[in-house]
Amino acid sequence: MENNTIRSIEEEQRIRKAKKFNLWLGMIGMFMMFAALSSGFIVYTASGVDKGIKTLLPQTFIYSTVVIVISSLTLHLAYRAAHAAALAKQKFFLLCTIALGILFFVLQVHSWQVLTGQGVFFINNNASQSFVYVFTGLHLLHIIAGLIVLFRCFVGVVKSIPQANNIFRMDLAALFWHFLDLLWIYIYVFLLLNQY
Amino acid sequence: MSSTVISHDAIHHDSHGHHHESFLTKYIFSQDHKMISKQFLITGIIMAVFAMLLSILFRIQLAWPDTDFPILEVFLGKWAEGGRIKPDFFLSLVTIHGTMMVFFVLTAGLSGTFSNLLIPYQLGARDMASPLMNMLSYWFFFVACVIMCASFFVESGPASAGWTIYPPLSSVPTAISGSGLGMSLWLASMVLFIISQVLGGVNYISTILNLRTKGMGLWRMPLTIWAFFLTAIVGLLSFPVLVAAVVLLIFDRSAGTSFYLSDLVVQGQILPNEGGSPILFQHLFWFLGHPEVYIVVMPAMGITSEVISTNSRKPIFGYHAMVYSLVGITVLSFIVWGHHMFVTGMNPFLGGVFMITTLIIAVPSAVKAFNYTATLWRGNIRFTPAMLFAIGMVSFFISGGVTGLIVGNAVIDIHVHDTYFVVAHFHLVMGSASIFGMLCGVYHWYPKMFGRMMNTKLGYLHFWLTFLGAYLVFFPMHFMGIDGVPRRYYAFTEFPFMEKWVSVNLLITWAAIIAGLAQVAFLINFFGSIWRGKKASQNPWGSNTLEWTTPVKHIHGNWPGEIPTVYRWPYDYSKPGHDADFIPQTTPFSETMSSNQMHDFEGDEESIRIQEEWNKENNRTE
Repeated sequence: MENNTIRSIEEEQRIRKAKKFNLWLGMIGMFMMFAALSSGFIVYTASGVDKGIKTLLPQTFIYSTVVIVISSLTLHLAYRAAHAAALAKQKFFLLCTIALGILFFVLQVHSWQVLTGQGVFFINNNASQSFVYVFTGLHLLHIIAGLIVLFRCFVGVVKSIPQANNIFRMDLAALFWHFLDLLWIYIYVFLLLNQY
Repeated sequence: MSSTVISHDAIHHDSHGHHHESFLTKYIFSQDHKMISKQFLITGIIMAVFAMLLSILFRIQLAWPDTDFPILEVFLGKWAEGGRIKPDFFLSLVTIHGTMMVFFVLTAGLSGTFSNLLIPYQLGARDMASPLMNMLSYWFFFVACVIMCASFFVESGPASAGWTIYPPLSSVPTAISGSGLGMSLWLASMVLFIISQVLGGVNYISTILNLRTKGMGLWRMPLTIWAFFLTAIVGLLSFPVLVAAVVLLIFDRSAGTSFYLSDLVVQGQILPNEGGSPILFQHLFWFLGHPEVYIVVMPAMGITSEVISTNSRKPIFGYHAMVYSLVGITVLSFIVWGHHMFVTGMNPFLGGVFMITTLIIAVPSAVKAFNYTATLWRGNIRFTPAMLFAIGMVSFFISGGVTGLIVGNAVIDIHVHDTYFVVAHFHLVMGSASIFGMLCGVYHWYPKMFGRMMNTKLGYLHFWLTFLGAYLVFFPMHFMGIDGVPRRYYAFTEFPFMEKWVSVNLLITWAAIIAGLAQVAFLINFFGSIWRGKKASQNPWGSNTLEWTTPVKHIHGNWPGEIPTVYRWPYDYSKPGHDADFIPQTTPFSETMSSNQMHDFEGDEESIRIQEEWNKENNRTE
């Protein structure tokens, strides 16, 4: 019994590769959900001349875009620090990323306030405008998941888990966070292109 | 990013404390694929029994619309006041029957059980890529089941808008009683279910692509694995779309948005929602809904391929064709969803496109049907219960598939849409066919799961009653459908043109009750054999695949020592020149010189040279 629970290093590496592949597949799944929403948006908006976003998207979306791009950069720095075993640096940049992630969250919620100020409500007979809330809201749910993942990385560094595990966690977290970054940029561009 | 350095220290950290297993980690929160597969199977069986009882209830109403059954009131209370099922509850019965059968039994119960059991076993892996995700997949599924069952204990009753939950019926809580809290629970349950399926499916794909043992190339994988692989891909691409659809529906119901709602007057009140389109929901729903029927039937096809080949003692006919037909079905499944919507006012040109793509599916499906038959042809057939169920699966797939050509044709579908003809079609081609595939798998791999054999005689009894029962139930429905009898109608006595069909309903209901009772034979056999079945040998069916090289008693990591290496494809049955009628995948060609064929070496010149030399020395002519 005992000898088959301890895996060889080679086996362990294959399993980690497989786990990372899981994440790639998961991202495909998440993308499919947003693709479905996009096609729903297109079909809905094409259903009448009175449909469509018909408002200028809030400026705050630009700020939040900048924030999340920077957070990707800081996460990359943390990731490089992890690979260089510079733990203090890794901790610092991870904290930066988490802070920027929270800032992104706040900015998105603030954008909703701006939108309602412009008279664009979630409960709306022009559901194209409701879609804006759905896109951003579902993305924010993923951001929450991303923040949890980042926090878990941070806890890992603080507790000084074995370096190999630390790097593996960072690998997955970086991949996921960059994906969320790109996903937001996709959503933003999609909404911008359909602004009128 | 993959330049990971791993120390021994890290490995110990990552082995999840497998060394000290408590009752909780072994039987409840297990991360072992074998235990998770049993959890899926038993939960699936419980759901199947539940969903079957629901169908018996509505069959009773359809056969005896004017008779009181006071006993029903004892069990169902106000849903059957005076012993007669209420119309609202009738709708709930068909809705939850469909939902449970399609999602909980034939998706989670089938894929969850056999993907979990066979992917690591047949590929030579210690476990799934992520055992944790695998465990979560089961527990999300379990909670989804609990919530769905809980909706029977809600005052306004379970969801009753049909398993396709079309808005506006499903999205206006005041529309019918079932669209109240019951519908909310349905939606919550379905979101959890989808999370479960995505977690599971991601794991299946990753394990298949990354954790195959040495020598197990993609073209040496058993057809079961190919089927699970493609099924998981279909699920991964289509289930998230249903999430999007369901999320919008939840907002329409609970927040007051108008994605799907427009111009509605409910019980004299004008609803404020404007501008939505219920057709949008149908598009999103069927983009999942159609691939879903392949999610249901493809694992059954894979299981059947394996069982038919093993029990015919013949290689599967057209292995590559079988794989490519599965691939074809996978691709086509995404571009046919419109055939569910021919009567929604769809542009006839678009309807024509969907019709053509739909009819093309007949090609890969026919390839499969012919290949099953050709595998059986002149085989040394062993009629084990598993084999009977496999043949039954092929039978249902053909007889249900033929009507697929009829309903796939827009011109005819406009007439038979929403009639019993469609009910007959899909209950045969995906309902009966895939439940038979699942039962076939249970009988075949039971020794691997529980280390004991199931009783053969009870198996035969179960098969014949179920097989005949299913045909007697679903075949007459074709004729009702052609006569224009709509599905989901509560009482045939309310419409003069339908009254003549009440006698047929009587036959169908009796057949359903007998087929239902036949499942008792299965349940006794299944649960009884766990403790009382004959002890199984390591390879009871004389099978080639890797799972039969593992010890009968389950151990963590599946194989006690090294994982075996694979040298050949899994279908070397009755190979001319070999003394036994099967050659396991782990047998190298050097041990089977008398039966090797030149094409076995896939162009490896050195091996061909050695074989030719041996042939000359031993006077072997090919």
